[in-house]
Amino acid sequence: MTKLSRALSLSASALALALAAGTASAETIRWARVADALTLDPHSQNEGPTLTLLRHIYSTLVSRNADGTLEPSLATSWEIHPDDPSIWVLTLREGVTFQDGSAFTAEDVVFSYERVLHESSGFRAIHADVEGAEAIDDYTVHVKMSGPSPLYPNNLTNFFIVDKDWAEANDVVAPQNFAAGEENFAVRNTNGTGPYKLVSRDPEVRTVMEAFDGFWGDAPAATEVIYQPIPEAATRIAALLSGEVDFVQDVPVQDIARLEQTDGVKVVTGPENRNLFFSYDMTSEKLRSSNVDDNPFSHPEIREAMALTLDRDAIQKVVMRGQSQPSAAPLPPFVNGWTEEMNAYDAPDVARATELVKSVYPDGFSVQLDCPNDRYLNDEAICQAVVGMMGRIGIDVSLNAQSRSLHFPLIEKWETDFYLLGWGVPTFDSAYIFNFLVHTREDSYGAYNGGKYSNAEVDAKIEEIATMTDLEARDAVIGEIWDQVMEDRVFLNVHNQLLAYAVKDGLNIEVHPENQPTMWTVTFD
Amino acid sequence: MIAFIIRRLIQSIIVMVAVAAVSFALFRFVGDPINSMVGQEASIDDRQALRDSLGLNDPIITQFGRFIGNALQGEFGISYRLQMPVTELIMQRLPATLELALVSGTLAFITGLGLGVYTALRRRGVLSNVIMTGSLIGVSLPTFLIGVLLIWVFAVELRWLPSNGRGEVVSIGSWWSTGFLTTSGRLALILPAITLGLYQMTLIMRLVRAELLEVLRSDFIKFARARGLSARAVNFGHALKNTLVPVITITGLQLGSIIAFAIITETVFNWPGVGALFISSVRFVDVPVMSAYLMMIALIFVIINLIVDLLYYAVDPRLRVDRAAHSH
Amino acid sequence: MTPETQAPQTKAPGRLYRAWDSDLAYAFRTAPVAIVATLVVLVVVFCSVFAPLIAPMNPYNPAALNLMNGFTPPMEPNAFTGEVFLLGADGQGRDMLSTIMYGTRTSLFVGAMAVLFAMVMGISIGLFAGWRGGWVDSALMRIADVQLAFPAILIALLVFGIARGFIPDGLRDQLAIWVLIVAIGLSDWVQFARVVRGASMVEKNKEYVQAAQVIGAHPLKIMFRHILPNVMGPVLVIATISLALAIIAEATLSFLGVGVPPTQPSLGTLIRVGQGFLISGEWWILLFPAVTLLALALSVNLLGDWLRDALNPRLR
Repeated sequence: MTKLSRALSLSASALALALAAGTASAETIRWARVADALTLDPHSQNEGPTLTLLRHIYSTLVSRNADGTLEPSLATSWEIHPDDPSIWVLTLREGVTFQDGSAFTAEDVVFSYERVLHESSGFRAIHADVEGAEAIDDYTVHVKMSGPSPLYPNNLTNFFIVDKDWAEANDVVAPQNFAAGEENFAVRNTNGTGPYKLVSRDPEVRTVMEAFDGFWGDAPAATEVIYQPIPEAATRIAALLSGEVDFVQDVPVQDIARLEQTDGVKVVTGPENRNLFFSYDMTSEKLRSSNVDDNPFSHPEIREAMALTLDRDAIQKVVMRGQSQPSAAPLPPFVNGWTEEMNAYDAPDVARATELVKSVYPDGFSVQLDCPNDRYLNDEAICQAVVGMMGRIGIDVSLNAQSRSLHFPLIEKWETDFYLLGWGVPTFDSAYIFNFLVHTREDSYGAYNGGKYSNAEVDAKIEEIATMTDLEARDAVIGEIWDQVMEDRVFLNVHNQLLAYAVKDGLNIEVHPENQPTMWTVTFD
Repeated sequence: MIAFIIRRLIQSIIVMVAVAAVSFALFRFVGDPINSMVGQEASIDDRQALRDSLGLNDPIITQFGRFIGNALQGEFGISYRLQMPVTELIMQRLPATLELALVSGTLAFITGLGLGVYTALRRRGVLSNVIMTGSLIGVSLPTFLIGVLLIWVFAVELRWLPSNGRGEVVSIGSWWSTGFLTTSGRLALILPAITLGLYQMTLIMRLVRAELLEVLRSDFIKFARARGLSARAVNFGHALKNTLVPVITITGLQLGSIIAFAIITETVFNWPGVGALFISSVRFVDVPVMSAYLMMIALIFVIINLIVDLLYYAVDPRLRVDRAAHSH
Repeated sequence: MTPETQAPQTKAPGRLYRAWDSDLAYAFRTAPVAIVATLVVLVVVFCSVFAPLIAPMNPYNPAALNLMNGFTPPMEPNAFTGEVFLLGADGQGRDMLSTIMYGTRTSLFVGAMAVLFAMVMGISIGLFAGWRGGWVDSALMRIADVQLAFPAILIALLVFGIARGFIPDGLRDQLAIWVLIVAIGLSDWVQFARVVRGASMVEKNKEYVQAAQVIGAHPLKIMFRHILPNVMGPVLVIATISLALAIIAEATLSFLGVGVPPTQPSLGTLIRVGQGFLISGEWWILLFPAVTLLALALSVNLLGDWLRDALNPRLR
């Protein structure tokens, strides 16, 4: 595109925008959710709302459909190198331009790899097996892995591609480094290949984006997106009911019924890639918060009793108002490794559970449950209900419900005996769960293994599946690991979350399993 | 005079250092800042490295010294959460809070004054008693509940007023943004200003009433009445004028508390001010923002206090001793 | 003088009678607002103090709860269990009436203890500052000034933050309530201190105090025996109004997430949880605790108001 034609098309789009604003606001989506993106730097924070907003400005190599399958994006195809199983060959889309007009080529992908592997990146763990990327020609990239990594493309759905020249010109070759004490240009300025361009941003107040007319995909129906974080649930729903916003992403389960009955508003629901479970320290000699001298969770009888008294259906009916899928398996059904048997659970049997507890502790025992109160759907109410259920079989649970910023360090620092955790699986494969939650904590493994579970045999198998190329054999090993984990009752699973989006009538938004709605796929009636 | 000013100044500095120590100490204990800086998936080594490079492993006293040194230059570092310079972030949010505080302060002052005068002059009237009791309802419910109820009635059910935010804002100069100049901006101010001002209004109304009753009983008012001045001239010309000095003083001192109390109102109405910024920083353990906010509140308060002290001194040196007892 | 106080009495009037006959009691008997407020406070205090005896169930006993009773509307049988609750049940299947009784108990306890804490601290500091004067006085009063700049929320966050570092796991539940008391109390001592300081500065120069000093009375004894009684009126007024403020502060802190654990809710926690159900239509979860809080705080405020006027003879 010449300078002149670009200027012409710019003014044309400005004119179109002005006309649109004058006639109807149907092309604008006012979108509210609980939190804002933490930054616009594409490689700094691996966190839900940040990824959602960035996705509108930056494109990834591979993207994930609402049904969970992979779909080409900036990479049109990906395959394992015929001569070397540890190399992934990516073929790039041609004719793509960045929002500043420069062309997208292989060197931008190589540069983005360097940036995402930088020590101040928040995504290093996801690309831990990458040794380096190399541009073969303008539209072919070889990604060298430390060993065969058959499922690696699953890790590319949150990897945003930046423009090398833009990054170098603005001195943002590395993501925000807190120690430097300076603001990074990329935190508030963007240059992606995505469907929208940033117009203005006031952090935690409002972010405005408009359609990028040079987008490589179909032109979006929604030409303007206004994103507003509203943390208080009541205020957020009030804004939708009073017509101040068009789309609320985080809808409290109790408000769904009222919203469904309200004229001009509809609610769409769907399963989320997130599973809620309790876990406990079954390894320590003695618990931090218990009144008995040994570790109650080390007794299989106690773990069985807790599973027997947990009334998943009651939680689903009352606390979640139907907005959950009760399950005994600590992974959502669409993740590789899930089976029907794992999912099944027995009806609660309080009498039997009480007997089991009495057989070890005739007077029962006490323990503290740590729970977040601002992270998952009705997290605090779920914990409260579980306190009641445990109370019935002689386990006196005291509840410590607090903000996520205080809750998660307890798990990371092994300062909790009994806790609630919700886990999403962005790679849609069990290995992600094993690496973070099951493997003994060492090196990059087990960061969220808060219960100190450690089984050398399981660890060996987890390390084995990382490089297995025969997917059938690999699935068999995954099955073996799950058998052991379920037998040991490492997790006391509650349910899979369901997502609910509330939208103005006339607007069609699909529920995305990773809670990553995309405004450019929205349609208007 | 000079000695007095210097003494007050030194006291103010000591106060600021104490607040700095407190705000610094508080946030060394609450939560772990590292956790809010890195994602859920960062490894333990990464965390340790970041901790080292931020100096969070240095002796506490070294960290505090560094904190004071930076604070003196208005330098509070980069927000862990929003990755922006804290000073800039606060300056960006301050206009919203100041406008809200100004409107609700004015509202509270005018209605408080009017109702206070009315209830004092008609002390035994039925309406006065209704006002006195009714004003107590406003202070007998938590602010957040009043806000939520106002949203429910006026935004959700009646749909008269917006439920959140500032509406359209207009930029004035490089760093001030105002909602006064647009209709949506003015509409958006109504509910938060009432919520925030209700408590102060009750306070001012009661203060005016008490002071006015006191003055009306004094000898010079009796004398003015005896001279045959009209009730109107006595009440408004003499009595009210004498009431206003303490009332304005207290209102001025309250300005700092309005800004601090705005935390709750801003949270409920999603008002993009410094209070909402502070609360979300607390939730995410965003240490630099929290420290800067506490220091800012303390500074505003110390300055207001200092000005009031100096004014008192200038007006009447005798009051110097009485002030503290007078302003309870 | 009402007729019954003029009833012929030959022997010396008893203590009770003298109390009945006092100015304060007379003012009380003739103020319907004060009487109604007192009755409300008495009923609320009675119901909460004797909650374990009169409440239909113990909502703090998790084993007694049935989750399936959750969200039962008032006076309607539950769809699953058929149980009926006078004021409905909350999301955990707790009877609202019992929960409010127990919750009020917690709120009153927190409020009363916080005021007591603030009162003891404020009076001690005020007496000390007024008595010593000089730099001790100005230092303490400057601290008081700064203290006023920080609302209870900030101070509570501070206290909570520090307490978190010291309180071991497993004890947090039991100690949370004491942390709350200290947090609210700490934000409220200034008023007491100012009043007491002002009065003791005036009193200490009076002749009787100087006389007491001359005969060698201990300064502490002078302060408590001679100065304190003179300021008890205003202190009582502040204490009453502080009680209402403390109960509301507790509610606000719960809203911001630093309150008592939800398994042992206070009125504030109940209101925080209840406001989430305002739009969805489960009004009873919010309305009943809010009305209870309003009735209690309003009555206490009205009493404080009345007391202030009654103790100020010039206002009568």
